[in-house]
Amino acid sequence: MTLKNFAVTFVLGSMALVTVGATSMRAQSHVNSPDPALGAPSVDTEESHIGNLTGHAAAGKILYRRFCIGCHGPDGNGEGMNAQWIDPKPRDFTEATFKCRSTPTGTLPTDDDLYNAITRGFVTTNMPSWRPLTPQERANLVAFVKTWSPRWAKEKPGTPLTIPPETAITIDSILRGRQTFQRLECWKCHGPQGHGDGPSASTLTDDKGNPIRPYDFSSGSRFMCGVTNQDLYRIFMTGLDGSPMPSFADVVKPDEAWDLVHFLRTLQPLKTQEAALWQTYKAAHGADIKPIGPDPATGAQ
Amino acid sequence: MSKWFANGVDRTRNSWVRPLVTCALLMLAIVIGDCRTVSALPTSKVMAIPAFARKYGLPCSACHTAWPELNNFGMVFRDNGYQLMNDRDSLIWQNPSYFPISFRITPNWHRESTSDQQVDSTPNGTGPNNVTVSRNVTQAAFDLSGMDLWSAGTIYKNISFVLLPSSDPTAVWHFESAFLRFDNIKGSSWLNFKFGRFELDNLISEKRFLFLSANGGIYQTYHFNVPGSTNDFGIGDNQIGVELMGHNVDSSTRYSIALLSSNEGGTNLTESNLPGGLPSNRSFDGYMAFTKSFNAGSWGYEEFQAYAYVGQRGTYYQTTSASGTPVPLVALGNEPFYRVGFAGQLHFKNLELLPYFMHGHDNAYLGAGVPDTMSLPVGAKAPTFNGGFIEGQYFVNPQLVFFGRFEKIDVGQQAFVNEGSVPGNYGDVTAYSVGYRWYPIMFSRGGVAWHNEYSITKSIGIVPLSADGSGLPPLLPTDGVWSSSVFIGFDFDF
Repeated sequence: MTLKNFAVTFVLGSMALVTVGATSMRAQSHVNSPDPALGAPSVDTEESHIGNLTGHAAAGKILYRRFCIGCHGPDGNGEGMNAQWIDPKPRDFTEATFKCRSTPTGTLPTDDDLYNAITRGFVTTNMPSWRPLTPQERANLVAFVKTWSPRWAKEKPGTPLTIPPETAITIDSILRGRQTFQRLECWKCHGPQGHGDGPSASTLTDDKGNPIRPYDFSSGSRFMCGVTNQDLYRIFMTGLDGSPMPSFADVVKPDEAWDLVHFLRTLQPLKTQEAALWQTYKAAHGADIKPIGPDPATGAQ
Repeated sequence: MSKWFANGVDRTRNSWVRPLVTCALLMLAIVIGDCRTVSALPTSKVMAIPAFARKYGLPCSACHTAWPELNNFGMVFRDNGYQLMNDRDSLIWQNPSYFPISFRITPNWHRESTSDQQVDSTPNGTGPNNVTVSRNVTQAAFDLSGMDLWSAGTIYKNISFVLLPSSDPTAVWHFESAFLRFDNIKGSSWLNFKFGRFELDNLISEKRFLFLSANGGIYQTYHFNVPGSTNDFGIGDNQIGVELMGHNVDSSTRYSIALLSSNEGGTNLTESNLPGGLPSNRSFDGYMAFTKSFNAGSWGYEEFQAYAYVGQRGTYYQTTSASGTPVPLVALGNEPFYRVGFAGQLHFKNLELLPYFMHGHDNAYLGAGVPDTMSLPVGAKAPTFNGGFIEGQYFVNPQLVFFGRFEKIDVGQQAFVNEGSVPGNYGDVTAYSVGYRWYPIMFSRGGVAWHNEYSITKSIGIVPLSADGSGLPPLLPTDGVWSSSVFIGFDFDF
């Protein structure tokens, strides 16, 4: 075989390989669209609206293939190739159930909620911050995520929770919050010291039956749904849908909620105003502080 | 068909037909077969340094436009010290069986052809009639690339590392890169300190680009020095020293300041990172780069970088002749040079354009090649050049990319040793490259790319600065030497 003949064979052979590849990729790497019969929004028309941005699902689909398919899968059900190795498991978009929302439990999140989730990522999970994508690209992804479930065609997002102005951070507020922590039995999951080691912790599962761990305040890490006191307030007032963390909006008044926020901050190893007040109080009244947990008289949990 | 094999004349006549028919039938079979068989090929996953994908479970297309080139997400990941900043970056969170190591090598077939080479006119150069003539030299063979043995990641939260032993095709190893990096010092992404041997903060990385052929496999500008100058600097070469680097949360603003040994990345106090180099000097170079990117909406980010490298190289050696022959000990007589320029990484949805410009200037002593303890020869001038390229990449999808590049280097001022004896365009370089990479397998634990590339370089009066460094100058300094490369291979990464 002459050199030129060999080269021609290689070039034409590579063209054949590309043909194979193009077809193969179409068959294997394609992001599936939901069955229109299910009534999910159309990829061609679905939009998201974040501030002045309008996201387009069709553009988001291309980005989904590049960035998301490995975990969330070609069908959006959280069963991507890497999902088997990931803990906690990737979100199943076909259920349209989301942990981080500004809306009441059981309702759909707003576009801003999804946008913020993509931007922020979820600390201590495999979901990174996608801030390196442009705002437009993130808005496009939000629009595409909404095409996986018919809920987005049938329901409107819930009304975002109104967060009242934060009350003063005082030792009285912290002590009241501590009582609320005891009364609501937060310690059963999060533990008396907030270490995530309460008596129920080892039994918790998410709505897919996967084991799930309560947040460990002593880790000092960011919260899954934000970092500010407002974010913390929102987390327990809206609950984390799909997880055992319920909404306390019906049993906690706004002032009580702020008290609880102030107490929860004392469980974190951070240099906060709440922590400083609590340390001072504990040094002076340590012996009088009743431990959190089951009633020592009855042992009832 | 048997006649074709039996008849040598017919074989030549039909040499273009048979491969054409074979490939046409192959493609037809694929279409008729509805690709049922080939669809069984695993394809949908993507990868980068697969060790990172194994650690984080992300598809490789998350960090790479087309590996090994980084996209913006990958750059932020790198700038954060190979961390996602999710409080799970430290190795203590990984399964004990996890080990951050990756392999990359490219079995290939390549063809190199260079014009205007000085060759003997008779077989083996024997006989009384042998003279040196100008001819094409063409070589072609199956071959191996060098091999990279990547290990990189985090030792602990905010302490990252890279160790990259790399070999040539004959398994001669060296440390292409090896450094420790302290990330987010005092909790600030603006303070990161790196110590060791590393790639300079080039916006357009030659270590991560898409070209593999002998002529296309380097940016000519990254390694160019005016012919005759004794300077050996190449901005594409990994250097050894320390770097202070910082960036904002999405790396849209970045800076890098590096202090580097004036030894071209050499180790063991030599001028070269490979064994056997001459002793290095004792001075230091400096590199600075500032990068800013702008949000262009649905197009993506548009990134721009300005950079400057200021260095020095020795003009003579301290020697010892105790053994009878002068033996160089330390390079002395440092004289300066600099490289300044700008680069861009411009995104237009699936199209990416990479413009680059460099101005190079060497001290007259480097251009004259004389010790700076002597007077400069009359008429000696500092050699200069301007070089640059524009590279384009079109991503059909995360698994198929087409790319091309045009590069041009213009010698502004010839080195003294050449002045007057060569034409003004002596050393000028023009280079073109086109190709594509198809990633049929992009698992999160390994990947394969089918790489096709054609590159051609023209250099005036000198041997082209191809990646393998082979070839000879032409007979005449006015001759333009054309060197072309065809590269076909499987680039795989595990």
